Amino acid sequence: MLVEVGLVALGLAALATLYAMGAAVASTRARDGGQLLESARNAAVLTFPLLTVASLIVIYLLVVGDFSVHYVWETSSHSMSPFLRVTALWGGQAGSLLFWCWVMSGFIAAALFRGWERDRELILWVIVVTTGTLLFFEVLVLFQSNPFVRFWENPVTGEVVQRLFAPSGAVLFTAFEGRGLNPLLRHFGMIGHPPTTYLGFTGFVIPYAFAMAALITRRGADDTWIKLTRRWTLVAWAFLGVGLFLGGRWAYDVLGWGGYWGWDPVENAMLMPWLTATAFLHSIMIQEKRGMLRVWNMILIILTYSLVIFGVFITRSGVVGSVHAFSTSAIGPLFFIFLATTLTGSIYLLWRAWPTLTSENEIESFLSRESAFLLQNALFLAVTFATLWGTIFPMISELVTGDKITVGPPYFDKVDGPILAALVLLMGIAPALAWRSDTVQRLARVLLLPFSGACVIVVTLFVLGISQPAALIGFWIVTFAGLCTLIEFWRGMRGRQKRHQENAVLALWNLVRRNRRRYGGYVIHLGIVILAAGIIGSKGFQQNAQANLANGETMRIGAYELRYEGLSRRAGSDGRDITSANMGLYRDGARVTTLSPRREYFENYEQTSTVAGVFNGPIEDVYVLLVGWEGSNATFKVYVNPLINWVWLGGVVMTLGTLFVAWPGASTQRRWTLKPAAGPRKAEG
Amino acid sequence: MIKEIVDTRTSPRKWFGIKPKFLIGSVIIVGALLFLVVAGTLSSAQYYLSVEELYAKLPQLNGRQVRVTGAVVRDSIVYDSSQLHLTFSLADDQAAKSRTLKVEYFGPKPDLMLDEATAIVEGELGQDGVFSADNLLLKCPTKYEEEELIGSQGSSSIDIP
Repeated sequence: MLVEVGLVALGLAALATLYAMGAAVASTRARDGGQLLESARNAAVLTFPLLTVASLIVIYLLVVGDFSVHYVWETSSHSMSPFLRVTALWGGQAGSLLFWCWVMSGFIAAALFRGWERDRELILWVIVVTTGTLLFFEVLVLFQSNPFVRFWENPVTGEVVQRLFAPSGAVLFTAFEGRGLNPLLRHFGMIGHPPTTYLGFTGFVIPYAFAMAALITRRGADDTWIKLTRRWTLVAWAFLGVGLFLGGRWAYDVLGWGGYWGWDPVENAMLMPWLTATAFLHSIMIQEKRGMLRVWNMILIILTYSLVIFGVFITRSGVVGSVHAFSTSAIGPLFFIFLATTLTGSIYLLWRAWPTLTSENEIESFLSRESAFLLQNALFLAVTFATLWGTIFPMISELVTGDKITVGPPYFDKVDGPILAALVLLMGIAPALAWRSDTVQRLARVLLLPFSGACVIVVTLFVLGISQPAALIGFWIVTFAGLCTLIEFWRGMRGRQKRHQENAVLALWNLVRRNRRRYGGYVIHLGIVILAAGIIGSKGFQQNAQANLANGETMRIGAYELRYEGLSRRAGSDGRDITSANMGLYRDGARVTTLSPRREYFENYEQTSTVAGVFNGPIEDVYVLLVGWEGSNATFKVYVNPLINWVWLGGVVMTLGTLFVAWPGASTQRRWTLKPAAGPRKAEG
Repeated sequence: MIKEIVDTRTSPRKWFGIKPKFLIGSVIIVGALLFLVVAGTLSSAQYYLSVEELYAKLPQLNGRQVRVTGAVVRDSIVYDSSQLHLTFSLADDQAAKSRTLKVEYFGPKPDLMLDEATAIVEGELGQDGVFSADNLLLKCPTKYEEEELIGSQGSSSIDIP
């Protein structure tokens, strides 16, 4: 019964979506368009409760374990904890797609609630674009990958089939136990990574739809669409970032190779929209402040949204060989058609509205905040292009030469590495530049301190024995950018102290509180600095060793000593059989902690999961893998990963900074009702 | 509207509102990017082959590093955990009895190293016909769906000796 209710809710949601789209288009021609438009908007909002019902029903079926439903059988089992059973909603394709629709309808409903009264002309086309997208996904869920498909048994032949509705004469078949979520997905990184990624991916539909609406109504030059969607973009961008970090953390904890990023096509597919969205977030500031870069911003949002769909296409179609094997189905080609339609449609709209997207101002000087923003945009596009090229190179080479040729991680290190380094350097310099025009002398005066500070750090590192040129350059850039950013806080604080006679702490707090967008942004920059240092450390200075140890024997790695103290075996909660080793970790003869690297065996999957024993130090991680054992001997592979915690810390700082910027509040809103073109002359915002 | 088109198209000093000086800057950036991409591609390009393609291409390879993908042949996995020495065979298609490639790898055995899993190896084919892999990747379990159905309605209990 519940299954039927869910199916009906899903079908009604698709009908409401179709109606909303049709009614919105029809309202442009109808005599009383206003009423029709209102009805379109209500239908679009209605999709959210309907999809909520469908999704909650799937979650309920997963939690109670109704194994007559194929999707439930596939991803849930009695032995899994109730919490994991809820997360099984995104543990398979059918559930993921439904979840995607649900999240997207949530964004659409929220955007239509908030933006409704402000601008009906834009909203009309926003409804058309968003519901068009939603409809595509709903059709996929309904006809390609439906989570409500059930098992039916022919009582005569005993044959079991999967169908949405009962074939004639068949009876419902309920499996005794579900297969359950794949063991490697039972980790907090994998629990959080898919939903945050989906929130990020689907969230971009809002700014994209507003951009298209602005193009259709030929109002791209008026910056309403940017003001209305800035916060949506920020939210989507933040979720995408969190998704990237959680995916990396999952790889580090679960896959047992001591790393977190492998430049795999699926990872790149997620990084690329993040890169263009970062460029977009920066470049809309120029449009708001100076009325420039309007065409750029349109291009960037179109690119971001297209890359989102491209990402889904890559993961679902199998066109590019990836280590992440998502199920490949008929969905791949459908996504390609959808991507091609989106891209050509957007480009056509942009071309049509091009003459209306004129700039109010032009860049006055080579040395100015504006040109720094322009350079930053160019570099972000460059690194996106380089990543795209490396990702689809096997496809291109096969088309051109007939041979499949890959470039692999070394390519990305060599090409993306320098461009990203240049971006970090620019991130340090740009906030110090004045709007419109600046002088070399003033800039040199401002940058002298970070410049020399970074030199001091690098010389110290060199004396301490770090001699890799790439790492030294990297650390120089990171320190320089970090100091530049800190000085921005310092200068602002001093200025406030002088003006308002406040003490340092109060001045800093008021400064940051009253300019949340600016200083929240700098907090994100500090997060990037920490992240970059973490990447240089963990990539450049990883050490590894392996040893076969008898009980009581020790092995050395770096400054550490590890002592093997025996194996133990126990049953885990959800049907796993756990064998773990006790390893005493010593540094300078003193015991630091006991690590328990372990192997977990999942019988119904016939699969093992190797869980590293990790000591998280502020400077470095000791990461121990239990490779195997025989009698009283066991074999270990050990990695020392310097600065890896800085990678996660960078992610946390970036997220906090984004929250600070995006949190609704009076001060930010008041600031942005100022006329953008009348930007102040001195460095600001 | 039309006036604006004329404005933007006839003024020689503007292109998207960008002066020639900035155009030169863009040319430099694009040039640097192309250099990086071309040099990066040339220096790290690797053939990505199936097992049969590897044997077909063998004369041209001359000990160059290649990437090979195939299915792990059933019952071919041998692992000496004390030496971290892993050997297995790859084939394009198990059923068709296609030619196999023996692979040798030193390191921890990945959790997903299972019969018939899809593996990607990077390395070179030695004189002895054994492929020594520097890198071993297995398809991740983001693989959601499987063709087989109700194969195991197995119980959730596990025997712990």
